[in-house]
Amino acid sequence: MNETLYDVIVIGGGPAGLAAALEAKDEGAERVLILERNNELGGILNQCIHNGFGRHYFKEELTGPEYAGRFIARLADAGVEVMLGAMVLDVSADKTVHAMSRERGYMMLRAKSVVLNMGCRERTRGAIAIPGDRPAGVFTAGAAQLYMNIEGYMVGKRVVILGSGDIGLIMARRMTLEGAKVLACVELMPYSNGLNRNIVQCLNDYDIPLYLSHTIVDIRGDKRVEQVVVAQVDENRSPIPGTEMTFDCDTVLLSVGLIPENELSRQAGVEIDRRTNGPVVYENMETSLPGVFASGNVVHVHDLVDFVTAESQRAGRAAARYARDGEPGGPVVTVENGQAVNYTVPQKIRTGNVDKFVEIFFRVNFVYTNMVIQISSGGEVLASFKREHMAPGEMEKVVFPKALFPKIRDGRITVSVVKEEDAK
Amino acid sequence: MVDAVIIGGGVCGCSLLYELSRYQISAVLVEKENDVSVGTTKANSAIVHAGYDPHPGTKMARYNVEGNALIKELCAKLDVPYKQIGSLVLAFDAEQDALVRELFERGTKNGVPDMRVLTAQEVWEMEPNVSREVTSALYAPSAGIVSPWELAIALAETAVKNGAEVRLNSEVTAIEKIDGGFRVTAGGEAIETRFVVNAAGIWSDRVHDMVNAHAFTVTANKGEYYLLDKSQGTLVSHVIFQCPSKVGKGVLVSPTVHGNLIVGPNAEDAEKGDLGTTGEGLAFVKKMAMRSVPNIGFRDSIRNFAGLRANTEIDDFLIGETEQKGFFDVAGIKSPGLTSAPSIARDVVRMLGEAGLPLKAREQFIDERRVVRFKHLSHEERAAAIARNPLYGQIVCRCETITEGEIVDALHRPLPPCSVDGVKRRCGSGMGRCQGGFCGPKVQQIIARELGIPQEQVMMDRAGTAIITGETKMGGRAE
Repeated sequence: MNETLYDVIVIGGGPAGLAAALEAKDEGAERVLILERNNELGGILNQCIHNGFGRHYFKEELTGPEYAGRFIARLADAGVEVMLGAMVLDVSADKTVHAMSRERGYMMLRAKSVVLNMGCRERTRGAIAIPGDRPAGVFTAGAAQLYMNIEGYMVGKRVVILGSGDIGLIMARRMTLEGAKVLACVELMPYSNGLNRNIVQCLNDYDIPLYLSHTIVDIRGDKRVEQVVVAQVDENRSPIPGTEMTFDCDTVLLSVGLIPENELSRQAGVEIDRRTNGPVVYENMETSLPGVFASGNVVHVHDLVDFVTAESQRAGRAAARYARDGEPGGPVVTVENGQAVNYTVPQKIRTGNVDKFVEIFFRVNFVYTNMVIQISSGGEVLASFKREHMAPGEMEKVVFPKALFPKIRDGRITVSVVKEEDAK
Repeated sequence: MVDAVIIGGGVCGCSLLYELSRYQISAVLVEKENDVSVGTTKANSAIVHAGYDPHPGTKMARYNVEGNALIKELCAKLDVPYKQIGSLVLAFDAEQDALVRELFERGTKNGVPDMRVLTAQEVWEMEPNVSREVTSALYAPSAGIVSPWELAIALAETAVKNGAEVRLNSEVTAIEKIDGGFRVTAGGEAIETRFVVNAAGIWSDRVHDMVNAHAFTVTANKGEYYLLDKSQGTLVSHVIFQCPSKVGKGVLVSPTVHGNLIVGPNAEDAEKGDLGTTGEGLAFVKKMAMRSVPNIGFRDSIRNFAGLRANTEIDDFLIGETEQKGFFDVAGIKSPGLTSAPSIARDVVRMLGEAGLPLKAREQFIDERRVVRFKHLSHEERAAAIARNPLYGQIVCRCETITEGEIVDALHRPLPPCSVDGVKRRCGSGMGRCQGGFCGPKVQQIIARELGIPQEQVMMDRAGTAIITGETKMGGRAE
């Protein structure tokens, strides 16, 4: 068993890990290692063969593999070390990383700082308790995407999709292009959580009906799916009797949400936010464990990979600084969720560690128009930002300048969203 | 002519095949599905009952208490996940307090060891998450939890190692009485045998009637369950039962041997073969369970399933020789059937011996089995395992930490699986939070490779449960 000391070990070689590792190197870290469990870098981007990636970061439209490829191409020159097929089994608070691979056997690696970039996984049928039979033909959208885009296999011919998240929408188009008939996209909420451009380009362009405020109430089939029953739901999301529609289909795709994959974080003792299902992080993406950082979908689920890249660059930079200088310390401000706000990232700000401003990311709990985002402390509104349209499916960002920090009372600020007329 | 044909590869049939494989006889188990353990055995509460529930004097009472001790030994010998965690039956009012005392009396008569009636305070000390409404409870330390399908598989594998035969995909369609025995038609092939044991679960009435006068009818009674993520698996540390009442035996909450939390079942009569869950059934299970343990985090549910109890007109097991000499029923095996199976098997072997089956012991009976479970190994053991076989260094199922080595091992043991769920039952791959979303395709590839069949032919579970319907336009190949 070998024991090597790295400056930064990055766990996960998807978009988050790639950006974190390159940025750590750029910030001066000597030895940076990416541990990737698959046999290729790129993570979920490898199966996302549609375009639309990189509009913000590269100012052009790339496919998933192209987006990942731009980062992968820079690794060798930057001197980032990579281990593929390397599964991390355990991370301890002293930053010993237990990992293994077929070629290298069982490894205990030590690092001055660690960046957690494990991404997220899909919610399954069991997570939402869809009643009915349990035949073959029920897939999470991402699993179907893996079969089709990586393995080259079709998973069905007549499809009903539950959930209108982006992966579900993308798969509606993908299956249609491969000759399958997508009968319906069914969404529990009265609005879609997917990007508007995906609703237009993946459903409307192919005449696939979107049923808002509907859900699947029964899956029928002995061996393979034969039918699904869809019903309308009321404001409490309970099915309304008498509204059932039956679809003859052989496949159900589920796009019903993503869950950050934090098993390693939990084992390590990282504090997890029940709202995001991800680690509680400081302004520099450091978790509750000193020297352990996290970024990307393992912290909170992002809409666009470009934002994962930006967040992970901050994490990588901070990890390199920690490896060099140690913990920043200083007073801590807690960010609290006010009206209409589901969560914020970061949840904590070390004011002494902020250069000019801190970016606060959050999601709202419903669709709103003409709203004002307020950052307040001790009853006083410190900053306001107007928004014409807000939706849970669109991550919000506000920039909170350091100049306002002296006005913070009791070490707390609250982010809330109020109607324009109430903001005055 | 073989000595014995066992019909049905559930835990009863597999236990019996294992017990028979101790002797110098030829025994064949026939199972209609493509694997053993896939009926009621794979869809139940997975509890090793202590034995206070059945009425004294019943077959259930005797086999339960004996089986409780036998399962513990078997699981140790055959490397099957088992934990003796003890059980609590909760009372919520004076009437149920009396019932708890009655169960204690019954258990004492049945020979259940070390039971105690606990005060509410004692219950909360043992189980801080149990409801504050509890008034008393029956504690039975001999109760446990087990992996029922792994038990059945281990028993069948061991029997095969000792020379017994398992024929899968072999539904019994006819049984004829012939001179000196029976001709059993299974999977289109005739097997002549001296003895027949009918362990066909919910179909045991149909099998019985193939060569006997109608004597009983099996009514399928469905129980629906929630299986929750490991984050909920430590919510309780004992099997938490409710008092049996007019509306049924009550809903239990228990850790599983795999570290999850199981919650269920309800009890509704159903068509044989109907394993669907229902919105109402699941809502009932949820509501009832929260009476025992109010803070169950159902948002961490990872799967729902349903199983069928084989109820008959009689509130007891139906075990013994029928009017046809040489034909034995092991029928009406509902709860506590899993616990009782090893004991029933031993008793049926005794009956077969008395009926003329020569029970001469094998000289070399293989009575142990070891399975590599990578995630339970120490760091040093893991390093050694990978050095021995690099396939142990390749994780396939990331949620449950299952390696390719373990999957390949299972595919080369006696009675290899042929489906993704067959591998899941043996290795635990796909049993975790992502429910096989990430590892399913990889497991399918490994099965295809090891068994030398096209990937399209690897089913999810039973014959016909196809995962893949064909290739994409380019079949994943570059132009």
